[in-house]
Amino acid sequence: MRRILRDWAHLIRPALVLMAGLALFLAVRAAVVPKGFGKYGHYRPGALEMIRQKPIAYAGQDTCIMCHDDEAKTRAAGKHAGVHCEACHGPLAQHAEDPSAHKPQLPDVANLCRRCHEKDAAKPATFPQVVTAEHSGGQLCNTCHQPHNPHL
Amino acid sequence: MEISRRDLFHVGGKLLILASVGATLEQITGAAPPSEAYRTADHWWGMLLDIDKCIGCGNCVRACSKENNVPEGYFRTWVERYQIEENGQPHVDSPNGAIEGFPPATHPDLKSFFVPKLCNHCVDSPCVQVCPVGATFISPDGVVLVDETYCLGCRYCVQACPYGCRYLHPAKDTVDKCTLCYHRITQGLTTACCENCPTGARQLVDFKNPQDPVHEFLRHNKVQVLKPYMATQAKVYYKDLDGAVR
Repeated sequence: MRRILRDWAHLIRPALVLMAGLALFLAVRAAVVPKGFGKYGHYRPGALEMIRQKPIAYAGQDTCIMCHDDEAKTRAAGKHAGVHCEACHGPLAQHAEDPSAHKPQLPDVANLCRRCHEKDAAKPATFPQVVTAEHSGGQLCNTCHQPHNPHL
Repeated sequence: MEISRRDLFHVGGKLLILASVGATLEQITGAAPPSEAYRTADHWWGMLLDIDKCIGCGNCVRACSKENNVPEGYFRTWVERYQIEENGQPHVDSPNGAIEGFPPATHPDLKSFFVPKLCNHCVDSPCVQVCPVGATFISPDGVVLVDETYCLGCRYCVQACPYGCRYLHPAKDTVDKCTLCYHRITQGLTTACCENCPTGARQLVDFKNPQDPVHEFLRHNKVQVLKPYMATQAKVYYKDLDGAVR
C-alpha cells in the first residue's frame, strides 16, 4: 500500500494543475457564452426576439386603406391598381400611429414618375414608357395625369 | 385502503363519463381560440423574383434602406442592369445600387434586363458555416440572421457569401445583411421591398403555407436560383433567369 502511494505522489501536482485549468476553462466559458446558447441551434435564442422588436417604417397597404378607402377605390379602377400607397408616398407607419403628429409630404413628382416610366431598353417592352423630354416638354406629369388613376 | 376490482370499475367508469361530458361541452361551447402568436415551425420563408416584371425603378432599394436604416453607400438589396453582347459578354451596372433608378441604357441595341438581388437565405449557407462564434445562423423559419450583440466583426462571412450580400456596418462594426424584414414578416406584413415593388416583380413566399401562390407559381414557371453550382440551396427563385447572370 505504502509503495503505491509513494508512486502516486508525483502525479498529484499535475492533477491539481489540470483541475485548476479545467475550472478556469469552465469559468471563462460560463462568463462568455450567452445564456441559453444552443437551445434551438448554434445561436443565442434571444437574438430572434431582439430582431423582431425593431420598429417598422412602412405601415403596409391594408393599414392605409382603413382610413383612405376613397383613394383606394380610385386607384383600384386604374392602371396603378397594383401599386401600394407607400411605394409613392414613402414610409408612413408613424403617420398611421398618430395621423395628426406626422403629416405625410407630397411626393416629388418630377422624379417619382420618371423612375418608373422613363424609356429604357432594359424595361419590359409591355411596360408603358415615355421619353419625358419629348412627351411633356418639361411639364410635370400630374398637370395632365391624375396619379391615382393615370388615364387621361 | 384495499381497492377491489368492482370499486376500480365504478370509479373508472364515472371518471370516463365525466371526461366525455367535459370534452363534448368544450366542443359545443367552442374550444379556446387558436393562439395568435407567431410560430417559427409553421413557416419557411423565401422570395420569388420575376425578371420580366422588374422595371429598375429602385423602389425596393429605397424602401429597404429606410425600413432598416441601411447606412449610405451600403445595400441589403440592390438592382443590376445586364446588357448582353451577342457572344454572351455582359455589361453590368448598378449606379449606387439603383437607389435612384437607372440612367438611360448605355447599349440600347443589346439584350437587356434588370436583376434585383438580395440575400438568398440559403439552407446550406456558407456564411453560417464559417462564423466562428455562432453569431450568424438560419432561424427555424428559414431566415439567415445576424446576432449583432454577439458578432465579432471578423468578416469571415462577408468573404464566404457567394452573392456579396453582407457588409460590415460602419457604425456598429458588426456584420449587417438582409433580414427578410424579420420584424415585419413575423407580424403578418410583407417585406419593405415587396410592399413597395410597383409591378409585383418581388414576392415574399412561405413554402410551408399550402395556400401560398408560390406552389402554383413553381408548378407553371421555369425558375432558377443564382449560382446553383455553389449548392447553397438558395430560397430566392428567379423566373426566366438568363445564363449570363452571376
